[in-house]
This record gives sequence, C-alpha cells and structure tokens, in this order.
Amino acid sequence: MKKRFTLSIFTENIVGILNQVTIIFTRRHINIESIVVSESEMDGIHRYTLVISETDEVVRKVVLQLEKQVDIIKALYHEDKDVIYQEIALFKMPSDVLIKGGEAEKIVRKHFARIISVEEGFIILEKTGHKEETQKLFNELKPYGVLEFVRSGRIAITKPMKTLETILKN
Amino acid sequence: MGTNVNKPSHKAGLMTGAEAVVQSLVAEGVELLFGYPGGAIMPVYDALYGAEDQLKHILTRHEQGATHMAQGYARATGKVGVCIATSGPGATNLITGIADAQIDSTPMVCITGQVMSSLLGTDAFQETDIIGISMPVTKWNVQVTKAEDIPTAIAKAFYIARSGKPGPVLVDITKNAQFDQVDFNYVPFEGMRSYKPVPVASTDQIKVAAELINNAKRPFVLFGQGIILSQAEEEFKAFIEKTGIPSAWTIMGLSALDTDHELNVGMLGMHGNYAPNKLTNECDVLIAVGMRFDDRVTGDLTKYAKQAKVVHIEIDAAEINKNVTAHAPVLGDAKDILKQLIPLVKENSHEQWLQRFKDFEQEEIDQVIREELKPSKDIMSMGEVIGQINELSNGDNVIVTDVGQHQMVACRYAEFKQSKSMITSGGLGTMGFCLPAAIGAKMGVPNKQVIAVIGDGGFQMTIQELGTILESKVAVKILLLNNEFLGMVRQWQELFFEKRYASTIMVNPDFQMIAKSYSIKTALIDDRKNLEQGVKEMLEHDGAYFLEVRVGKENNVFPMIPSGVAVSDIRLK
Repeated sequence: MKKRFTLSIFTENIVGILNQVTIIFTRRHINIESIVVSESEMDGIHRYTLVISETDEVVRKVVLQLEKQVDIIKALYHEDKDVIYQEIALFKMPSDVLIKGGEAEKIVRKHFARIISVEEGFIILEKTGHKEETQKLFNELKPYGVLEFVRSGRIAITKPMKTLETILKN
Repeated sequence: MGTNVNKPSHKAGLMTGAEAVVQSLVAEGVELLFGYPGGAIMPVYDALYGAEDQLKHILTRHEQGATHMAQGYARATGKVGVCIATSGPGATNLITGIADAQIDSTPMVCITGQVMSSLLGTDAFQETDIIGISMPVTKWNVQVTKAEDIPTAIAKAFYIARSGKPGPVLVDITKNAQFDQVDFNYVPFEGMRSYKPVPVASTDQIKVAAELINNAKRPFVLFGQGIILSQAEEEFKAFIEKTGIPSAWTIMGLSALDTDHELNVGMLGMHGNYAPNKLTNECDVLIAVGMRFDDRVTGDLTKYAKQAKVVHIEIDAAEINKNVTAHAPVLGDAKDILKQLIPLVKENSHEQWLQRFKDFEQEEIDQVIREELKPSKDIMSMGEVIGQINELSNGDNVIVTDVGQHQMVACRYAEFKQSKSMITSGGLGTMGFCLPAAIGAKMGVPNKQVIAVIGDGGFQMTIQELGTILESKVAVKILLLNNEFLGMVRQWQELFFEKRYASTIMVNPDFQMIAKSYSIKTALIDDRKNLEQGVKEMLEHDGAYFLEVRVGKENNVFPMIPSGVAVSDIRLK
C-alpha cells in the first residue's frame, strides 16, 4: 500500500546534484510531490526534503539508490509520524475585501494568517502549517477572490534526538 | 597501486590544461587510450602528439568503438580503460559503451572535449549537454571549465572508476580549460566523505552466514563477476572446496572458476545449464557471491528459490534485498568476506546432492549437448565450432562475444582455465560490443590468444573497427558464426511469434571480401570436414585472422527458460 514519505537527502554542494536526485525518481516513474533544497547546519552540506507517495519496499530501494550516488552523503526516509514538518503559503488578496471587514477578515483571524505586506490595491497574507491547513484557508478565501496563491514544498525535521553529524557518521 | 619503475613518469610544472590531461593520465599509469579527435578536443590531441613515448593513442573508427575497446581492455587486464572523444556527436557516440560499462561494472574513464565555457548553453557548434545526457549511465561525471581543476578532476575520476563497485566516469573539459595554463602537480585522490566504496563487512553477519552454510543439507553457490572484480578467485575456490558446495555462474562470473572444476556445475539463467536452474528451486541454502540476481538469471522471482535461506555476499548495498530477500546479507568486498568465512565453515562434501547435478547434467548431455557438440546432421552447429576451439587449445584463450545465440553458445561451451578470460556484454546486451572489445582486450593482454566470437548481425554494427585492426596491427582472431539471421530474435519469433520472421533475415555482404580489403587473412568454412583445419589455422596465424563459419540457419539455443517462467521450468527443447 502506498503511504506518504518524507525523504531527507544530504549532499555535497555541487552543480547538477538536483538532477542526480530527480532522475532516480523519474527512472522509476515516481512522482515527486514536493521538493525543497536548502543549506543544513553543517558547512557545505545541502539538505533536500522530498515528499513522495510510495510503498515501503519502493521507498527503501529508492533511498539505497540515492545513497549509491557518489555525491550524495546520506539519504533517509520517514513516515509523517516521525517528522515535524511545515509548509508556507502566500495569498494575494484584493485590499477592499479585507479593509471592509466582515467575513474575509474573520477567516483570516480564525486561521491565524499574518499580513506581511500591504500594497496599493492588494494585501499579502502568509500562513504556515500543514498542507491541509493552508489548503483549508485557501478554500475559504476563494469566494472572496484570491488573486494569487503559492505554497512551498514541505520542510521537515526528524524527531529522534540526533545531530546531523551523528546521522552522517552512521 | 605499486609504482612500476619501467613506466614513463609524468612531467610537472607550468603547462597547458591539455598537457595536464595527458600528464594526469600518465601519472595514473595509463598506457593506452582509445579515441577519436575533433574540434573541441584538439588541444589534448596536440598534447598527445608530443607524448607518444609516454602514452599510446589508438585511433578507432567510431567513438562507440573507443568505449568498447576501453571496456575490453579493462575486463582483460583489471585496469581502468580510457577513451577520449570530442564534444557533441563524439561525446554522444560514447553513450552506449558507457551504459554497458555501468551495468557491467567496468572501470572506465571517458574524457570528452567541450565547447568554450563562454559558449555553454548557447547551442554552439558541436555543443551537447553530455553531463546531463550521461548522468544516468555514469558512476560519476564532472565538467571542468578551468585548467587548474583538471588534475584533481582526473584523479577523482580514476579513484571513483576503479574503487568499490567499479564503473564508468566521464570528465568533460571545455576547450578554454585545455588552452589555459596550469602549474601541474599531480596528487592521487584518496577519498571523499560522500562515498565509501567498500563497506566493512560485519563479522556478526559472516557468522550468521557460516552457521547457515554449516547446517545446510543442500547448499548451492551462485557466483558472479564480483569474484573477478575483487580478485577473490583463490579464496572462492578454497571456500567451495572446503565446503564441497556445487557452484554455478552468471555469464559475468564465467572464467572466475575453471570450467572443468568438479564443483563447477555450470551456467545459470535463461540459456544456462539444466541442473543449476532445476536445483535452484531445491537447494536449502543459496549462497550468492558477487552477483545481483538479474532477471535473466532468476526468471519469475515469485517462484525463485522460495524454499531456500539466502546468503548474499555483495559490495553494493542497493543490490541487497533488491530482487531476492537475503536471510544473511553480508555487505562488503567478496575477497575480504570469503577470507573471514573460510575458517568458520566446516569441511564437508555433499556427494548425494552433487550427484543430483550430475544426473540432470546427463539428461542435458543426452538431449542437448551431445547433438550440439557433435551434430548428427550435415549442417554445422555453433557449439561444434566452440568445441573445436576447446579441442585445439587449452582453455587459455580470451573469448570475447557479441550478443545473441552465439553468445549463449560460447558461454555454455567454451572452456576456461584463467580468470578474466570471458568478455561479454552481460547486462546491457549490446550488439556491436564484440569486435572493438576484442581489440581492446588483445591490446591489454597481447600475449594471450584473443578470439572474437561474433554473429553476422552484431559484426555489422561495429564492422568499421576492422580499420583499427588494420592501422594498429591488432592480432585478434575473428570467428564469425554466420547463420544469415538475427538468430536469437528469430528463435523467439519461432517459439513465441508463430515463425513470423519480422526483420530478422539478414541480407549480408561478402564478408570475405570485406576482411580482405582490410588486409586481414581470411577463410570460409562451409563444410565440417574443413572445420578443424580452419580453426587450427586461425589459432596458429600470427596476425589478425578472419574465420567465417556457415552454421545452421534456424538452429535454436537450448535449454531455455521462457520469459516470465520459473527457473525450474527450464525447457530442454
């Protein structure tokens, strides 16, 4: 049965690694639901956070194939219960909808969305949370005219009390 | 790597990037490289022009030939094969050989020229994204845009290509990097944090494996190229002799153990021997050493050795539990693991169990082998030609094959007494591999008899390399088994497509004339009575030789495990 998995992949910071990572999935016809790349707490090591829906067997094999790549230092996979994860969403709303008060404003308050920018004619709202939460806010704001909506990929931190250094050593 | 005093030493100091490429190769102990010049690699060729005393370049007739030659050289010598090509089409022509080397774990370094770095991404003349194209089929690749990065990139390339599970590496060098100056000082590469080539084997796992082996009633060993790559031939022999376990090989493992060894029970897989395939599904412990349970070996995985406990000795973590679940996986270098395993296993013999293999072998001899080696019909078989080579030599040939029926027949019947003597395209099944691979092998082991066993289809895929034989005077023996068909596909059409011979009938040229035009001595055998003499002349001839034998057009290779069927359902006819 397919489940949602978060993969954490630690790599050298070299041109072309993103390609090396993604072809492992492409070749096996696995859809990458989201991907985020950032620096990690260790100098020169980049952290890829990917979300895929797959069976236990496939994800285990894919992670071994990732680790086999010469420039990939370590690849791990987790079920949702084993990670703390967040996503961020930005919403561009017409100013008048919110200035007038009423329902739209209540929705914003209820979801603890932040106003991060007020521009001529529009306001940018920010909401961090799980995909389900940002999606819910979007669904509720939609009738009021969302001008633009964007959501980041998942970022995730693993629950076990281990430093990256000890993970990489094993 | 020990330093050989007779080898030319590399130069140091201020030089161009192109000279640095050449001196890096010399520093890595490269003696031969195979390649083809072109615009973006011209500075390196210019540097080679002045360095003939340090490094010999073999001009091929196509870049694909260069990769297969490098592969043949690597497989015959155990050293890294090196090839070189220009940008664009030169680089893309390497891809088939690179993919072949990747799937067969052949150490190879490919150097490609690239357009000036200022032109990258502009669709410049002969620009292609060879880094992107080769990424899925290389163990590692890198693009170098500055002269000063050349020595480190090449040092790293050799380190990665030859270490752990070997593989092909590509170094793409822009033309400006070849022209620019570098203060050259070669430092061999010694390791990186993201790549641990040889996992340290767990002694606990080795004990678990030993326990399983010691308690087995019907143990069975499968061995692959891992034995050859880790140079574990002696340890492997000691291990099976001490435990008395019958052992069968994948085609990549062929020649790691003498074919006439009493415990060698033959070839696994689709056209392998009857006994090892049958008894895979009867053994109680299956010990796989340096092999990866390819689908051509296992047939239907859901019916593969389900009754057995599996010990898997393997260097690549991604191969463990990939196709077959291992009860005792032992991750590490085969030589090291076998050394530790030998003292832990009990001396044993499995007479009755071995007899089962012999009984099935007898059945195969009666129903297949005898007729193949000594046909009762007038028309010649591929097997009898291979048998003739066995009779006239002592198992000390290097046999290189192409892909198809003749490949299976050569693997089934050729006799070997020395390791690294069978060179074939196993994983990728690359037609056209044989002729250039045989040229590379012969250049790697010039004192050995190298025989290219080839079909009329595959021969024409890289036939232009006859030009390399002519130019570089390579004394390779070409044995063309001509059935005027793409035989293996035809066999499948006969068995599974109602003899609808779609595009498998070959309209062939006069091969004798072709070989003669390259000044190669030739002979054509179309009658059995001339076969022995023909093979003898080929073997005894001093230079290159082309022997064409007309064999049965519609002969089939048996036994056979049809696609998607259990190994134990192998058919004798």
